[in-house]
Amino acid sequence: MTLSGWVLPWVSALAAAIIAYGLYLAFFVAPPDYLQGEIARIMFVHVPSAWLAMGCYAVIAASSFGLLVFRHPLADVSAKAAAPIGAAFTFLALFTGSLWGKPAWGTYWVWDARLTSVLILFFLYLGLIALRSSIEDETLASKLTAILALVGIVMLPIIKFSVEWANTLHQPASVLKIGGPTIHPSILTPLLVMGAGFLVLFIALHLKAMRNEIMRRRVKALQLAEVARAQAGQVPAAAE
Amino acid sequence: MSAIWTLVARDLRLAVRQGGAVGTALGFYMIVVALLPLGLGPDLNLLSRIAPGILWIALLLSALLSLGRVFESDFEDGTLDILALGPLPLELVAGAKAFAHWVSTGIPLALLAPVLGILLNLDLEIYPALVATMLAGTPAVSFIGAVGAALTLRARRGGLLVALLVLPLYVPTLVFGVAAIGSLLGPEGFLAPFLMLIAISLGAVVLAPFAAAAALRAQMQ
Amino acid sequence: MQLVAENLVLKRGGRTIINGLSFQLGAGQALLLTGANGSGKTTLLRSVAGFLKPFTGELRADGLDDEQELGELCHYVGHLDGNKPHLTVMENAAFYAGYLGGLDASRAQVGLKKFALAELADIPAAYLSAGQKRRLALARLVATPRPIWLLDEPTVSLDTASVALLVDAVNAHLATGGIVVAATHLPLAFTMSTELNLDAQGKAA
Repeated sequence: MTLSGWVLPWVSALAAAIIAYGLYLAFFVAPPDYLQGEIARIMFVHVPSAWLAMGCYAVIAASSFGLLVFRHPLADVSAKAAAPIGAAFTFLALFTGSLWGKPAWGTYWVWDARLTSVLILFFLYLGLIALRSSIEDETLASKLTAILALVGIVMLPIIKFSVEWANTLHQPASVLKIGGPTIHPSILTPLLVMGAGFLVLFIALHLKAMRNEIMRRRVKALQLAEVARAQAGQVPAAAE
Repeated sequence: MSAIWTLVARDLRLAVRQGGAVGTALGFYMIVVALLPLGLGPDLNLLSRIAPGILWIALLLSALLSLGRVFESDFEDGTLDILALGPLPLELVAGAKAFAHWVSTGIPLALLAPVLGILLNLDLEIYPALVATMLAGTPAVSFIGAVGAALTLRARRGGLLVALLVLPLYVPTLVFGVAAIGSLLGPEGFLAPFLMLIAISLGAVVLAPFAAAAALRAQMQ
Repeated sequence: MQLVAENLVLKRGGRTIINGLSFQLGAGQALLLTGANGSGKTTLLRSVAGFLKPFTGELRADGLDDEQELGELCHYVGHLDGNKPHLTVMENAAFYAGYLGGLDASRAQVGLKKFALAELADIPAAYLSAGQKRRLALARLVATPRPIWLLDEPTVSLDTASVALLVDAVNAHLATGGIVVAATHLPLAFTMSTELNLDAQGKAA
């Protein structure tokens, strides 16, 4: 905890700095899109959000694996802390995607492969949060949520594949293609910078959330110990 | 191995005796499919075009009705404990119960679909494809649903929660199921989505029992 | 065969319920678990059945081949009866005889006779009284032979005559070399039994 406490302010500052630089590049350096004009700049928030949305689920899946297989004590804290953050990034991706859609395609929503997959990813996050909050026993909740996260990570590629197969409206993935990205570097650089900034932001948020969760559990343990003491103390007190 | 069939036979017998559950699911299926034209208007051309999607979605919702109870009643009366002490690993117990659910609920729903297709003016030539895809896809519905049922055994608001957890996981089955039927309405092939549908069902049958058993074990402590 | 526990520590929901328990039970011996509510009697029984893995320590049956899990050697009669209300008495008993032991309905009949339920064979289990349901649960002990019997408050809802039937069945089981672990509030006249009292810290008092 002390290490993370020391590191956290630096990470947060770094995140802010990188994102600020990225935004500067996005708004002032990158050229406007020849078709869509200035509005396409929203891509610099939308695409990194989508990356983080998926990356966050991978973190949850890895943490869940760590919990179930290695019983690592921090694994559950990590998974629990990451879920709302991932849901937020997913929502941000959906929201910015929708804002982008109106001027670009004429409608706030369109059922293409990318947006649909992200929407389903959002539902998966909601499912994780809902399951955990509906089980009283925390140890049990962490195990069951871990199982659900692993089921989700197995199903996610299948869901994505099926949705893509069903229709193809969205532009094909132009950053991660075999043979290198096909985007012009003046667009690519701000995109990658924003991506890096969002990543550091996620690390900062995740660290903070994990620290909060650990402190919450400590408070709860102290309260439970108080209850146990009171119960033990009651019997001799009553006998007096 | 006869233990599996003893268990499946018991579950089927219970499904028949507690006729309520299967009957309710079938009734729900009928009502939802009947409601949609009331909401969408009686344009027969429109209905026949969207019929595959309606029939599939309504089937998923109906299956969800009965899924929550796959493990619940055994958990609540203590039977699950004893099933775990038998010669079968818990994975096979979960698989057997999901299989029984498919036979007692999935197959009847799949067979009811063409009858309901009449309400939606579905093309008669599509009927064989309709039944084939539903029979191929409903195992995934039962088995993936069983995972949801196992996870929500002890959860509050279990019924709604199962739907929230499981419906996103039904998307591949839905997509390929509708595509396979709809292929006869359009230019795409039937075989590709149909094979994908079968692959997903087989994958679910093999893998879902592991997740379900893990969830059951965690809650039997 | 022997049922052995060595420095057993059991945790549930993060709380330590059993804290360093050891015992050894040989063939023909019964262990009576006593102690206040919450002292871990049910937890201990469930861990022998294999539902709860030990946190540390060991629980094993000596003299058993490696293939079998401890749970497959046990009968477990817990607080819940494990009867399906929509099946008849005979159907319930026959299911367990078939599922647990691969045996047919005639063995189920033996179990029902032992616990005086034979006349009620075709009655749906939902119509039985609490005591009769308990007896139906106990009937599977006799219907399918298994070496270790785990009984959690078996006498709940039973009248005196039925308790006598239970004691009879247990003593017969012990006489053939079986092992019984029973949590109970009532003093039960099992032959060859030792008492293990669990205190609030989950140790032998």
